[in-house]
Amino acid sequence: MTHRHKLWAALILLAGIHAIILFAGFFAPYDYAAQDREMPFAPPGRIEFFDASGELHIHPYVSIPRAADSPPDVAESAANPYHVYRVRFFVRGDSYKIAGLFPSRLHFFGVEAPRRAYLLGTDGFGRDQLSRFLYGGQISLLAGVLAAALCVSLGIFIGAISGFYGGWIDDLLMRGGELFLALPWLYLLFAVRAALPLHIAGWQVFLLLVCVIGAVGWARPARLIRGVVLSAKERKFVVAARGFGASDLYLLRRHVLPQTYGIVLTQMALLIPAYVLAEVTLTFLGLGVTEPMPSWGSLLSSLQQYYVLSSYWWMFLPALLLIPVFLAYYTAADALQERWKSVSL
Amino acid sequence: MGMRPLGQRCFAPLHVAIVFALACAICDVRPLPAQSGEERMLAAGVPGHAGGRIAVALRAEPKTLNPVLAADGPSRDVIRCITADLIHINRESQKTEPALAKSWRVSRDGRQYTLRLRQGVRFSDGQPFTADDVVFTFQVYLDEQIHSPQRDLLVIGGKPLVVTKLDDATIRFDLPQPYAAAERLFDSLAILPKHLLEAAYRDGTFSQAWGLSAAPAQFAGLGPFRLKQYVPGERIVLERNPYYWKEDQTHNRLPYLDEVSFLFVSNEDAQAIRFQAGDTDILSRFSAENYPVLEKQQAARAYHLFDLGPSLEYNFLFFNLNDLSAKNLPEVAKKQAWFQDVRFRQAVSAALDRDAIVRLVYNGRATPLWGHVTPGNKVWVDTKLAHPPRSLDRARNLLKSAGFIWEADGSLADSRANPVEFSILVSSSNAQRVKMATLIQDDLKQLGMNVHIVSLEFRGVVDRFLNTYDFEAGIMGLGGGEADPNSEMNVWLSTGGTHLWHTNQSAPATPWEAEMDRLMQQQLVTLDPAKRKRLYDRVQEIVAENLPVICLASPNILVGARDRVGNFQPAILDPYALWNVDQLYIH
Repeated sequence: MTHRHKLWAALILLAGIHAIILFAGFFAPYDYAAQDREMPFAPPGRIEFFDASGELHIHPYVSIPRAADSPPDVAESAANPYHVYRVRFFVRGDSYKIAGLFPSRLHFFGVEAPRRAYLLGTDGFGRDQLSRFLYGGQISLLAGVLAAALCVSLGIFIGAISGFYGGWIDDLLMRGGELFLALPWLYLLFAVRAALPLHIAGWQVFLLLVCVIGAVGWARPARLIRGVVLSAKERKFVVAARGFGASDLYLLRRHVLPQTYGIVLTQMALLIPAYVLAEVTLTFLGLGVTEPMPSWGSLLSSLQQYYVLSSYWWMFLPALLLIPVFLAYYTAADALQERWKSVSL
Repeated sequence: MGMRPLGQRCFAPLHVAIVFALACAICDVRPLPAQSGEERMLAAGVPGHAGGRIAVALRAEPKTLNPVLAADGPSRDVIRCITADLIHINRESQKTEPALAKSWRVSRDGRQYTLRLRQGVRFSDGQPFTADDVVFTFQVYLDEQIHSPQRDLLVIGGKPLVVTKLDDATIRFDLPQPYAAAERLFDSLAILPKHLLEAAYRDGTFSQAWGLSAAPAQFAGLGPFRLKQYVPGERIVLERNPYYWKEDQTHNRLPYLDEVSFLFVSNEDAQAIRFQAGDTDILSRFSAENYPVLEKQQAARAYHLFDLGPSLEYNFLFFNLNDLSAKNLPEVAKKQAWFQDVRFRQAVSAALDRDAIVRLVYNGRATPLWGHVTPGNKVWVDTKLAHPPRSLDRARNLLKSAGFIWEADGSLADSRANPVEFSILVSSSNAQRVKMATLIQDDLKQLGMNVHIVSLEFRGVVDRFLNTYDFEAGIMGLGGGEADPNSEMNVWLSTGGTHLWHTNQSAPATPWEAEMDRLMQQQLVTLDPAKRKRLYDRVQEIVAENLPVICLASPNILVGARDRVGNFQPAILDPYALWNVDQLYIH
């Protein structure tokens, strides 16, 4: 597979993942905060295409472990320890907002209410892990994209000025960057969180913290971009344009910055998953979104506890689902880097 | 290692190991035979046999072994094993019993306690214990320069108690005012060896004495064990005190164990895992989530879990009712109009699903609470207190009568159309309280209230509760140490520092707080236990009616011990598993 194919495959996968996450309300069967207090830590329901008589159905069934005291439904045998529900598509359920704007109740799939099917099991409050994973992606990917965009734009701005003008400006900005690299950002975050008033909603606090980690991370991309700008401004066509009387702004915009696009895209593709992981760390430290809002970090942080780790294997499933997401990002970064290398040669 | 042939090179370490093992066997301290004139105390447990060692986990390294200064749990856990008190609270019966004082007499007005000391008792270094040690001990505890956390207990009505040596075997304590059940104050006040600590006290270096870096020879106590070794970051090893003053039914000197090791295991899950793996013999209090995990391997790994039922700890939700006029907190002050309305608090209480807290937070190993005295406190709990079941209808009616209204989207608003929205502050290190907050948030959503959960680091939370008052509602837990209401004076008196919802009031803010003040002061000076109980019952009723704290649940005390540990009788009072460490033995 050439890196071109690799790039397209990664981009299509990423587009698909982001579309599903963006429309989490539609793909998630339930609300992320809906508690089913009778079903804490319910294992995932099994999806089956064959019914008890061995006949194939297009519409699958879900088998849900039955509580000991719950009577079997009409069609179920008393010996079967599972409830068997038919999966229905495009059902009406909990209300949500499409992309945060338009209210809707339509869900991609579900089982007949008041029954509930949990394809990834439930957490300690009986909340559907699949729904929480999908909604959690909204927070986590938003955090990743936002922080990476902030970090890279600051990096471009400072790196370009530093590399283009050189001299004392360069010295000042790069020494400043070293200061930021040495900053104990964890304590900074604790301080910021402690200083914020309590009545701000949890997700606002979280986005603010994400902006802080994005903003303090500019030094690394700035260094890379400064390097590219340094070599770009010495190129013959740039020097020639300057000779024709082009202004600094024109030179930067027209000739220098376009040469950094490759590295910018690569940095984005690397930084987004890095910041998604930073969100996991924040949640581990209690600086993430607060209950009941899910995020990928909060889904994983429950695994810190021994009883979850040792007793409920399905709590690992969100971690497994994260692998393709990160893989897609890193493949894209890899392919972009190859492409950029071949272009710049 | 075991698979390798035993070559020449392996011999040297093996040799050393054998010599070392022999040396250890020899250097185990044997209990001293009975001495003439020694008044030993007969312990009630089943006779066991001497020898063996146990290991227990501590959640942190102790900060000091100085009993006068120790404030943290791990320090006190170790200190309890190497020191003794005059009068002791039996952790099982929750009643007082003689210890270094073999008997005591109370004057008719309840202000004079005369204690007869046990004779012929010796410290763990062999020096005799006398009335002078007791006088010295109380001098140190009461010294304001020393800042002992226990000093407050010995200052009654603003005046310290007065200690007088009547003769070598008799000590008199004069209290400035009558004080109910004053003999309970003596529990856990460790008697110090004057011969070892007086010099440090005179030099003004007492606060540095008996730190962790001090050599074992500098220590001497009256407890069943004495310090043998401290390995920083790893463990503290105690060995038998050969002079200990208790004996078993067959007149053998206690304790039975040669050694007790405290391992430092900071994480509760790690403690459970190390207990499961056999590194520790006793698991002193673990959380309910781990019960099913540990339960599975009980038989295979030869240990037992004990569910002792409700503890004395009560977890509760409370609202900020502090006077905020001096603080710049307009957002909180605005919401206090709701919080101060008792109907609002009653509605919140009625909407809470306490059974779900018991089930989902504690795996069913807890007791729902409607009052602050738990059923574990058998002497003091007011059993007549009502346990109203959850009722959203009752909650809605209460809110309606208090002038709250519901918007078209179902959200609750006050009479001035401000949406009812507030935050609950919890400590992020306490997963169980965070879980409670999550359930409460969902419960109150059904009343249309919009609740945010703010979890901060523990010290930040306490600072907001007690100093800055920058919070709207919070979840906390109290209790656990003592069964007697005197230990909770600071919580229920309106002047108290842990009167959490409205601390340090100069005058009671509400009539019911004034009544509570009166009742608490009255029970403090009432000597008749039945009368005291009636007074404290009334306090419990006031709390349940006015709900300054909305009690949620009391976790059960869960402990574990290896099957080989004999005489294991855990109790719901701290220290849950090691209170009778002098009688534990190995089967």
